[in-house]
Order: sequence, then C-alpha cells, then structure tokens
Amino acid sequence: MSEAAIRPEDLTTARRWTPSPWHLVLIPLALVMLFPFFWLVVTSLQTLTQSRTFGLHFALQFHNYVDAWTQAPFGRWLANTTIVSVTVVISNLVFCSLAGYALARMRFFGSGALFLVILATLMVPFQVVMVPTLLIVRGLGLVDTLPALMAPNLVTPFGVFLLRQFFKTMPVEIEEAARIDGAGRLGTLVKVVIPSMRAPLATVGIMTLLWTWNDFLWPLIAIQSEKNFTLQLGLMTFQGAHTINWPLVMAGTVTTQIPMLVIFIVAQRWFVQSLATQGLKG
Amino acid sequence: MSSGRASFRDRLFASDHVAGWLFVSPAVVLIGLFGVAPIVWALIISFQNNSLITSGTWVGLANYRHLLHDPMFTASVRRTIVYTLLFVPITLFGALAVAVALNRRLHGIRFYRTAVFAPVVTSTVATAIMFSWLLDPYFGIVNVVLNKLGVASQGFFQNPGQALYCIVLVTVWGWLGFAVVIYLAALQGIPRELLEAAEIDGATRWRAFWRVQFPLLGPTTLFLVVWLTINSLQLFDEIYVITRGGPLASTTVVVYYLFQQAFAFFQAGYATAIAYVVFLAILALTVVQLLIGRKLVHYRS
Repeated sequence: MSEAAIRPEDLTTARRWTPSPWHLVLIPLALVMLFPFFWLVVTSLQTLTQSRTFGLHFALQFHNYVDAWTQAPFGRWLANTTIVSVTVVISNLVFCSLAGYALARMRFFGSGALFLVILATLMVPFQVVMVPTLLIVRGLGLVDTLPALMAPNLVTPFGVFLLRQFFKTMPVEIEEAARIDGAGRLGTLVKVVIPSMRAPLATVGIMTLLWTWNDFLWPLIAIQSEKNFTLQLGLMTFQGAHTINWPLVMAGTVTTQIPMLVIFIVAQRWFVQSLATQGLKG
Repeated sequence: MSSGRASFRDRLFASDHVAGWLFVSPAVVLIGLFGVAPIVWALIISFQNNSLITSGTWVGLANYRHLLHDPMFTASVRRTIVYTLLFVPITLFGALAVAVALNRRLHGIRFYRTAVFAPVVTSTVATAIMFSWLLDPYFGIVNVVLNKLGVASQGFFQNPGQALYCIVLVTVWGWLGFAVVIYLAALQGIPRELLEAAEIDGATRWRAFWRVQFPLLGPTTLFLVVWLTINSLQLFDEIYVITRGGPLASTTVVVYYLFQQAFAFFQAGYATAIAYVVFLAILALTVVQLLIGRKLVHYRS
C-alpha cells in the first residue's frame, strides 16, 4: 500500500510523477485482483448479522479470530505444515544438489539412463500414481502420519532436473582448480559450487515450499486424524463445518494464509525470479 | 600394506562410478520408491479390480473397456474440455495484456505487480473459500451489488448452468499472476530498440506489438499453453472445496470423477485406468502442441 502513497523523495524528483494513462488500466486491475483479499479481511471482522446485511461494517472486533482458534487446532495445523514443509525443502536442497551435480558433472555407469528415468517421472501427473503411492505409504506403516506427507516429496524430479540444468551452464574451470588443489568431489561441491548457486537453490527451495505448503490432494488422501492435518486440509474441513458462519470461516482463512503471504512480501524478488526461472527452463 | 590400501581406496573414490552413485543414491532410492515404482504399479492396478483394501484381482482390459461405455466418464471429459478451452485462452491473453501494462517504469508499479502476484502464493483451498463467499447466492457481495443494479440474484456455484464458468473465473484469478511473471520476464528480455525501430517505420503501436513483440514471445507463449493445459486437465482442488462436482454433476471434471471412483466408490482399478488415459491424453496433447508450436514459433538464434 505504501508504494502508492506519495513519499517525500518523490516530491523532489517530480519528473517521476508524469501522469500516465496506464494508471487508468492498472488501478482497476489492482482493485479486481485485491478485492477478494479485501473482502476476506472485512468479513472476518464482522459479526454474523453484519455479514448478512449489505454495507461496509468495519466493526473491528476480533472475536471471530479467537473463536476460530478455540474451535479448531489451527496452531497444531500450522506446526504440522511447518514441520513437513521445512523437512521437505531441506531434503530437496541437499539431495537434489547431490544428484543434480553428479548428473551434470560425472560420467558413471548408467548416468544417462538414470537421467532419462528421472525426466520421465517428472512428466507423470500425480493422479496416475496416487493410488499406488497410498498403498506404498500404507505398506511402510506411515498412513495418517506426518512422514506420509514428507516421504513422496523428499526428492522431487523437478529439483534434480532444474539443478542439473544449472550445473551444466556453470564454467568447469573453478571446480577443476579446486580439484587440482586436492579437494574431493564433495568438498568441491560444498565449498566451490554451492556458494555460486544461490539463485537456482532459491528457486528449488521456494517452489518446493510453495508446493508442499499449499498441497491439498495428497494430504486429503493420506491423512485422516484431525491432529495430523495440514493447514489446507484443516481449513477445508473447518469451512465444511461452518458454512453458515462466513465471518468465522474468513477469520480461519486469513490466519492460514498469513505465513505464506508474509514470506512472499518479504522475499517477493526471489519468488518472482523463481517462477520466471520455471518458464525459462520450459 | 596400509599405504597400498589407502591408495586403492583413493583410486576407487576418485573414479566417478562410485562417487556418482554415492551422490545420486538418496535420489535414486526415493525417486525409485515414490516415482518409478508407483508408475509401474499403477499400470498393473489399472488391469485389476482393486478396492484399495484387499489385494486386487486381474481383470485384463475390462477397466479400459468400461471407460468407453461409461456416460459419466464421457461427460466428465466433455466438461474438462469446455473448462480447458475457456481457462487457457483467457489466462493466456489476460496475462499477456497485464504483462504489457506492467512492463514499464511507472510510479507505484511495484504495488501493481504485488497485487497481480499475490494470488499465486494463496493456496487453492483459500482461493476457493474466498470465492465461495463472494459468490454466495444469499449473502455474497456480488449478488448484493447485482441487486442494487437491478439484476436478479444468481445461483453461481449452485446453478448447474453457471458453476463451471464460475470455476473458470476462480482459477483464472489464481493462475493469472503466474503467467504474468513468465510473460514479464520474457518481455524484459526483448531489446527496446527492436520496438522503437518498428515505430520509426511508421507502424502503429498496436501493429508493432503483434508484428514484432508477440512473435518474439513465441517460445514463452508455447510454454504457457502447454503448462496451463496440463494443469487445467488436472483441475481438482477448487472443485473439491467449492462444489464437490455438483450441482447435478455439472462440475464433475475428469480428475474429480476418478477421485470419486477411487476414494468414494473404492474402484481404484477403474480410477487408475482413467488416470492413465488422462496421462496419455496430456502426453499426446503436449506433443501436438509442441509440434504445431515448432512450426509457428521462431526461436531467436
């Protein structure tokens, strides 16, 4: 919001304030995109009766939030989602780096075939594998536990593929210098290669985080007990149980979306770059 | 003796065969278990009568044969096609227009961009819930405004004739930002001189855009068409949260149908056969799109 306000430094650089007809397009656009969020927050602050009568009721009463948090274990669901997401992100960063580096830089028995297999799994939609994945997770005794949500995503073919492509584009010379200096493969990767891989690692981290945090179909299948719900799953059941009380549902929705929205606003540049990278690789 | 063993170990670990497999082994185990094995197993299940509870019995091609004579399946495919034919072009051209508008130095441009990108990080569940409320037939703000304008209240998600179109609206809102990011990155890669050269030639801005910029965006457009199509054929979350396939099955798209088969009717074999058919359709469609694209798109050398 502050971006749109006039700041003191803008008055001195008056030429930046040249009126542009594009504002006439962009302001309505921004309003349309932001209106659902605006209405979400407004409703969450209303009483049930206010929400059913037209008019802007900026009641500023927070009892919906208190009610939502006492009626459903949102804190527990937030913790579950965080544990699963953080584990999956770290695991992907480590194991996709290792595999991507090996596939880009080493020639070992079967490496070509292995890369093709990974590429093939990348293209298969989740619906194809969801039944056998459930059966495998059940076979491992993990159904209805948090590890069930982690296991299938600990190493994503997407991460391996993306990092392999990036390692390919890096110049080999620095690594060779390090190897001549006596560093092993792992040492070279950790001390020389990884530090110059911030952007692609951020891409894998952010995409994995976004995907795991917001995933719905797999938790819906793999989890039954309320105590093991993720935020999205919890929010869905919460909404299903309270459709007559929209302000309460909206308060729940706001609280579940805040963590990701805050991360997004703080790290917007990285998010945008990560999404754009996906397009460039395609 | 010990120095001999050490040098043997050194040589062994210096060779890429051992180091390579050590590096990929965690990925191989996990992708093997949760990537490759399920693909093969799914194919087997699709030839089975499988209830998810007991182990399946072999039925050969019966599931695939049943597909051809299942009017519910055919209807769900038709709805998926209608949805895709609306969702992909609207998102694509909408995003193109928005990206062009956002591709300039302007006061407040960061605010506008944030507004467009924010839905991308909002979960599909939250998006679905927000729109359920906006389009609520009784107390939703959209109907309230329509009433003030003298228009009668609409059923939206509760009207079989409107529900699928409302789902299009919800998903366009959710996906627009993603497509804009991709287009914006591509637009910023086009040198300004190219456009200026075209304008000096006397071409209008509109023609300059379609003749110069749009062809240069060809690879990006192709990527987005493929990507949006793949995702729209897999539409599920919004349907599950908002309509559960209703009213009167008017939003039962193919993935929702196969989900029902697997987890409501416990016809996992049949569901997996549907999933395989969807997968093959996606694969075929992607190949066709890429082939057509290769003819139309000019890659810059």
